[in-house]
Amino acid sequence: MSEKNIYLPYLMRIAEITEESPAVKTFRLEFVDDVAAQSFDFKTGQFGLYSAFGEGESTFCIASSPTRKGYIECTFREVGRVTAALADKEVGDIVGFRGPYGNVFPLEDWKGKNLVFIAGGIALPPLRSVIWNCLDLRDWFKDITVVYGARRVADLVYKRELKEWSERPDMKLVTTVDPGGETPDWTGKVGFVPPVVEQLGLSAENTVAIVCGPPIMIKLTLPVLQKLGFPPEAIFTTLENRMKCGVGKCGRCNTGKSYVCKDGPVYTLAELNQLPAEY
Amino acid sequence: MEALKQRAIELLEKGEVKAVLGYAKGTGQARRAFFARQPGQVDKLVLDEACTQNLAAYATKHEVKKLGRVAIVAPPATQRALIQLMAERQLRDGDLAILAVDEGAIKELGSAAALEEHLALKAQGLDAKDKTLLAKLDAMSREDRWAYWQNEFSRCMKCYACRNSCPMCYCEHCTMDCNRPQWVPVASHSIGNLEYHMVRTMHLAGRCVECGDCGRACPVGIPVHLLTISAEETVHELFGQRAGAKAKLDYALSTFKTDDKESFIR
Amino acid sequence: MANTYQLSRESLTSLFGALRKDGRRILAPVESDGRIGLGEVEAPAQVAGDYLQTIMSAKEVAFPKVERLLSYTITPGQVDLKDAEPKAAPTVLFGVRPCEAKAFGALDAVFNWDYRDKFFNARLEKLAVIGLSCTKADEACFCTSVGGGPADTAGSDILLTPVADGYLAEVLTEKGTAILNLASDLFKPGNGVDKVAVAAKVEAAFDQPALTAKLPGMFDSEVWVDQSLRCIGCGACAFVCPTCVCFDIQEEADPKQGERLRCWDSCGFHMFTLHASGHNPREVQSARWRQRIYHKFSYYPQRYDQLGCVGCGKCTRACPVDMNLKEHLTEAAGVTA
Repeated sequence: MSEKNIYLPYLMRIAEITEESPAVKTFRLEFVDDVAAQSFDFKTGQFGLYSAFGEGESTFCIASSPTRKGYIECTFREVGRVTAALADKEVGDIVGFRGPYGNVFPLEDWKGKNLVFIAGGIALPPLRSVIWNCLDLRDWFKDITVVYGARRVADLVYKRELKEWSERPDMKLVTTVDPGGETPDWTGKVGFVPPVVEQLGLSAENTVAIVCGPPIMIKLTLPVLQKLGFPPEAIFTTLENRMKCGVGKCGRCNTGKSYVCKDGPVYTLAELNQLPAEY
Repeated sequence: MEALKQRAIELLEKGEVKAVLGYAKGTGQARRAFFARQPGQVDKLVLDEACTQNLAAYATKHEVKKLGRVAIVAPPATQRALIQLMAERQLRDGDLAILAVDEGAIKELGSAAALEEHLALKAQGLDAKDKTLLAKLDAMSREDRWAYWQNEFSRCMKCYACRNSCPMCYCEHCTMDCNRPQWVPVASHSIGNLEYHMVRTMHLAGRCVECGDCGRACPVGIPVHLLTISAEETVHELFGQRAGAKAKLDYALSTFKTDDKESFIR
Repeated sequence: MANTYQLSRESLTSLFGALRKDGRRILAPVESDGRIGLGEVEAPAQVAGDYLQTIMSAKEVAFPKVERLLSYTITPGQVDLKDAEPKAAPTVLFGVRPCEAKAFGALDAVFNWDYRDKFFNARLEKLAVIGLSCTKADEACFCTSVGGGPADTAGSDILLTPVADGYLAEVLTEKGTAILNLASDLFKPGNGVDKVAVAAKVEAAFDQPALTAKLPGMFDSEVWVDQSLRCIGCGACAFVCPTCVCFDIQEEADPKQGERLRCWDSCGFHMFTLHASGHNPREVQSARWRQRIYHKFSYYPQRYDQLGCVGCGKCTRACPVDMNLKEHLTEAAGVTA
């Protein structure tokens, strides 16, 4: 009896393409196979390997919320061979998807707490999944705050959703761009993410912080959160080590005893402190 | 040997270098590269016929450059590699303290000019075994030679020991590692192996200092050095130029001359 | 509880015949141009006479250097995927050393924890190992420092230990019994030979449990930098290693069709962890060398309750710059925190 081939992707049809910012696109993907569509399920925080047939696979998070059924979304920046090929695709084209892989954000544990999401640049997609998930389960949580920064206004992704979030009464959105990155009609803040977080007057009391961004932003934001009194167990992030298999075999994402593809990508700062800083 | 150790200690004590890169005893009868970073470690240095590795391969490595100025124990093949690295602007005159070793005698060469002068006195000869094998390959029919190399390459697994041991393979982004476009397949199948070795050979034609380290490095005993050596000899034959002789060089394969004897280039 | 038998040297010819008649190919160490490698044989006479070890490990029998994972054809608006089936021929691995036989366990641990790898499994399922105890060792060997031994039975279905006129044969598993049943008349009652007396003497070089215990505390030790200064970052060690399992997945395609290939990879390559952005979590060779040591001696035990090293010494023998693993582990074990 032959076992299942764990490297075989689902075939997905591109249902919608959104241009988010220069070289950044969001795909909405629908399963070609109805049976797969019915049985597929994932939790927020998980990721997948997306194939451009002819070029290979690339790893990104699932950027949509599991509460939105029938499709998944991914957002990617064109940086390499596979993402360049994906960027050339059009609506109706077929791509591959393997997943969902990895661990999840523990939403059950966050019930009754305040949530602070802090994201920088292209790192909003993993948080977008969990933000929508939390908004769709709004009564589980107390205050929800989102801080999102990018270098320039043009680099902000999900602009339509940012507008929607800014208008929602049940959450607070703070957007910021780096000094010099503002446009004349920019109404958000100007400044780097860490000081913006510091000035928000957040309370660490009964609050979890979910941080995702470029390494430098994370590096400078963590001390701010610790200064505000967030214990390492209440700070979550998601790692983006290079991966090939996604199923704990190929060794590429191995960091300490952890396989980011299996034990991650979601880690608390307390967990990260136990790992060598090889991410 | 004593003179070498003496000088190594002096260089380290005076702070003229941060490390002396030479050879030390390795596993069994083997010799290995050794970085003496304190005067107390100099005693480990050895020098004999078993010291074959071309240490110039380390001269361009980030990790080694980070140490600071290094003195390098340089038998003739290493000397040639160092001057070729200067010709290719990977090393500047004076970057390294060169402790040239020829038949046991140590000579410190302070400048590219001194190295050039020193090398001019040395006849460059191929290893007798390699000479025999090269002659044998030359005598083969094209089909037999093709079959010979296909058989040899079938053992290749693309560990890149040949590339990484080569002093002239210093590229930060090797063609083999480029995937936009994917010039050469990554997989170690017959085409992937063949293309890799062809590209490596072509990239070393006119640049190979004939040290043979790539062949020695191969864990499965493919005589890959014969490829680059024969390409080097061909360039020498056609253009009268040899790698590893001059610190300033117009590289034969990238030099345009209006009086070139080939008509296609005019 | 091994069943122990005597097998005469002459009877191997009949054993090989019985195995082949059963439809199995026999892979054994053979000599070619002075190199010892695995090759298909029909008769015992073709097996290399006096060898310490093969250069390459036996892992390629279950985990080849290149392997197709899937293929596809592309037509406008459509992709047709095709699953790949591993070519798994019934195979007997004859005469591999106990260290290598044991290594299949380390590969199995990675390929089959949680998700199961059908490619590895299909081959392993059809593989039987007739190990051969070592009567000699070299300076690279250190099986006894990592819980193995020159006559260790782990991983072998049958272990042969050379004795006068033949072999002591320990039949260890169901697969071994199946082989025995193919030619049961060849396996004579055992005579209680002391195999330890026959086997090579390999002195333990370092205290591995102590090393494993101290590794987490010496991550930032200078010893990794010192040892790795001469490492040239090639993949020879990983590719000859019987337990190194890291791989790459590569696409080979034209506009109409393509395939996805699994290829051996190495944590020693700087490209291994390099992100498309240019960021590299293991930027320098010392970090990569440390990863090799830690993966085998710290992460494996934490994760799979076994080591990722069998002490075969192949990496040391293959290394172009003489990175001697036994020596470097011994040195690390002696570092005072």
